Amino acid sequence: MMTTARFATQSHPIEIRGLVKRFGSTTALNGLDLTVGHGEVAGFLGPNGAGKSTTIRVLLGLLRPDGGQARLFGGDPWRDAVTLHRRLAYVPGDVSLWPNLTGGEAIDLLARLRGGVDLARKRDLLDRFDLDPSKKARTYSKGNRQKVALVAAFASDVDLFILDEPTSGLDPLMEAVFTDYLRDLKAQGASVLLSSHILSEVEKVCDTVTIIRKGVAVEHGTLDEVHAAHPGVATLEEIFLGQYAGEPE
Amino acid sequence: MSGTSSARVSLAPTSSSGASLTRASSLTGTAALLRFNLRRDRIRIGVWTLSIGVMYLYCVVALGGMFGTAEAQQQRAALMSTPASVLLAGPGYGLDHYTLGPIMANELLLWFIVAVGIMSILQVVRLTRAEEESGRSELIRAGAVGRHAPSVAAALTVVVANVIIAVVSCAALVGGGLAAGESLAYVAAVALGSLVFGAVALVTAQVTEHGRGASGMAIAALMVAVAVRGAGDVEGLSRTPSQHGSPLSWFSPIGWMQQTRLYVDLRVWPLALPVALIAVLVGVSALLAGRRDFGAGLIAVKPGRADAGQCLRSPLAVTWRQQRSMTLWWAFGFALMFAASGTYIDSIGSMMRDMIAQNPAVGNIFNAHDITGSFVGVLLLLGAVTAAAYGMSALGRARAEESAGRAEYLLATPISRARWLAAQMAVPVTGAAALMVLAGVTTWAGAVSSGVTDPGLGDYLLASLTWLPAVAVVLGCVAALYGWAPRLMPVGWAFVAWGVFAGIFGQAMNLPGWALGMSPFHWVPNTMMTGAHHYWPVAWLTVIAVALFVAAFVGFRRRNIPVA
Repeated sequence: MMTTARFATQSHPIEIRGLVKRFGSTTALNGLDLTVGHGEVAGFLGPNGAGKSTTIRVLLGLLRPDGGQARLFGGDPWRDAVTLHRRLAYVPGDVSLWPNLTGGEAIDLLARLRGGVDLARKRDLLDRFDLDPSKKARTYSKGNRQKVALVAAFASDVDLFILDEPTSGLDPLMEAVFTDYLRDLKAQGASVLLSSHILSEVEKVCDTVTIIRKGVAVEHGTLDEVHAAHPGVATLEEIFLGQYAGEPE
Repeated sequence: MSGTSSARVSLAPTSSSGASLTRASSLTGTAALLRFNLRRDRIRIGVWTLSIGVMYLYCVVALGGMFGTAEAQQQRAALMSTPASVLLAGPGYGLDHYTLGPIMANELLLWFIVAVGIMSILQVVRLTRAEEESGRSELIRAGAVGRHAPSVAAALTVVVANVIIAVVSCAALVGGGLAAGESLAYVAAVALGSLVFGAVALVTAQVTEHGRGASGMAIAALMVAVAVRGAGDVEGLSRTPSQHGSPLSWFSPIGWMQQTRLYVDLRVWPLALPVALIAVLVGVSALLAGRRDFGAGLIAVKPGRADAGQCLRSPLAVTWRQQRSMTLWWAFGFALMFAASGTYIDSIGSMMRDMIAQNPAVGNIFNAHDITGSFVGVLLLLGAVTAAAYGMSALGRARAEESAGRAEYLLATPISRARWLAAQMAVPVTGAAALMVLAGVTTWAGAVSSGVTDPGLGDYLLASLTWLPAVAVVLGCVAALYGWAPRLMPVGWAFVAWGVFAGIFGQAMNLPGWALGMSPFHWVPNTMMTGAHHYWPVAWLTVIAVALFVAAFVGFRRRNIPVA
């Protein structure tokens, strides 16, 4: 079971203020703000290249920010990476597995590195996601690699899930399984940062939503707040598209 | 673009175009791909051409100047009739009038074939299997491109690269005052020898699913060809009267090229042998390509275990799992190579005793023990360089892990950067050390099996262990480059190439001390030789290696992952 109480703390799981990250002359993040509270499922939306994956890599302590502040559970993601990573599970946007390991081996390895495998939960997840764990990773399709990463993440006992476009490559049936599971996690009190392109999915499971464009958050709030800010606009999709209408690229 | 238009034409549903449809569709797009490959690799090919060209020019100038006098030539010829030299050079044509031409043919042809051959192998695999593995060629093949077009375009790209290198090399040879006709045959021999191994790579690229495996297998074939001709030529030398090579030498494509007797008594017909072999290999590769699916190898993938074993719970365990089979293959190759070389120590000893009996003056220069010592020294130099090459290619995996996103994935778990990097380095460094020890032990075993019990196992172990710090310096350099600027990692190969060159030709070419000293291998004493040895350089090398590895960790902790 999720044991959020283990890490009872006042700090938000994710708190980003004015984050800046440059790569040479390109500015990937230009003063980004983003907060994910305890037990919150936060949607993180934006077009390709808006800076979603860069944000996630800063949160994972893989990239060093050039300005602003990023905090995970009140800690510094760069300095305290190892301690903080005990409390989170990550699903990369483009899952690459070790070609000569089977899916089952990769799941066990990742879960063990995070502190242990919950065997019953792993069996249940393999069953729900309909994944054959005995195949070598190199023979998996993109969707199946994605499932391996999801099972490995969900089989870990952590407080925070950072999911980078986790359903890309999944069929609609599996997408539904994923959404269901996310609701279970939420009921158990886990916090989730869900970067996604699939707006209907975000509308279904997210409490809050942040829309990012060119490295800056342009919309932030609960789903209701975002809708209230755009009277007469029916869906999140229209709000999202509205942010880019007439955008010179 | 002619390819594209012919594809359109052949789509016409007439029965007569049926044949042309098959022909056009299997090669459609070759010309466009060739242009694309050449554009994509123009800098890579340019760097190879420039490096090889400079090497030719340097050899011609240095060797021409150094062995200008009859006396110097005679001394060089005497040295070239010792087994250790024959192993590293050639069958020894033209030793009685050993001028620049015969020197180039006898001592350098082998190494030029090896250098250009490695280029051909890497280039072929880069443009075929590596592309397929990355999924890029799926994009290409989905276009109006025939089944064989990527392979043919890759082969043609490599042919073009070889021709460019041959033209530049020929100019360097002729510029050094060598006859134009023979020089043309020389560069043709290098190009054909190199293309044989490019064609081998075309076949290995069909057999395995992985680019790294394909180039590894082809390079192993190249090494076997070098070893077979070495064994064959030493065998020829040990006959009475000694001969230029033996039937065994003819089992190696490099042996064929050396048997053209360049600059001595040129015979051109052996040049037809590689042409025939290339044709066969290309045919085999086309046949294999026709029998497999896109992205697949010929070796089918079996299902594995559904749960991980108890040991798979650390970054080190994953790294070992990934590098295990490559490391064990290298170990197998090392054991075979050095055990075989060890069996020659007996014949070399008796050969030298004969020489000393006939000409006591020889005994004043060498004693029989030192002949064995210098032979083992050369073997271990080659072993050290090869172990370093293994280590560098294994270290290269760290970068591959990073660009594939797997480093990021593991670093998102509670694994520190230091621990991840340590796991990536532990396997290459320990593996290289194990290979060196294996080289010493198997050489000894080979020697014992042919009845030579002196020097003993301890001597061989000491000799091989003294090479470890030098190997560690090379690996430390590559590791430090990975920590700070992974893009520069290929510079490490230049380091190893220089180590080979300086180690084998440094003294003959009278290289200045600082240039020799640039190679860490230069500082290693040959403990198999009689006399006092300086061990302080070994201590210094150890200090430098440790410093480089520390630098790797410092850099890796500071930089972005993946590197921008």
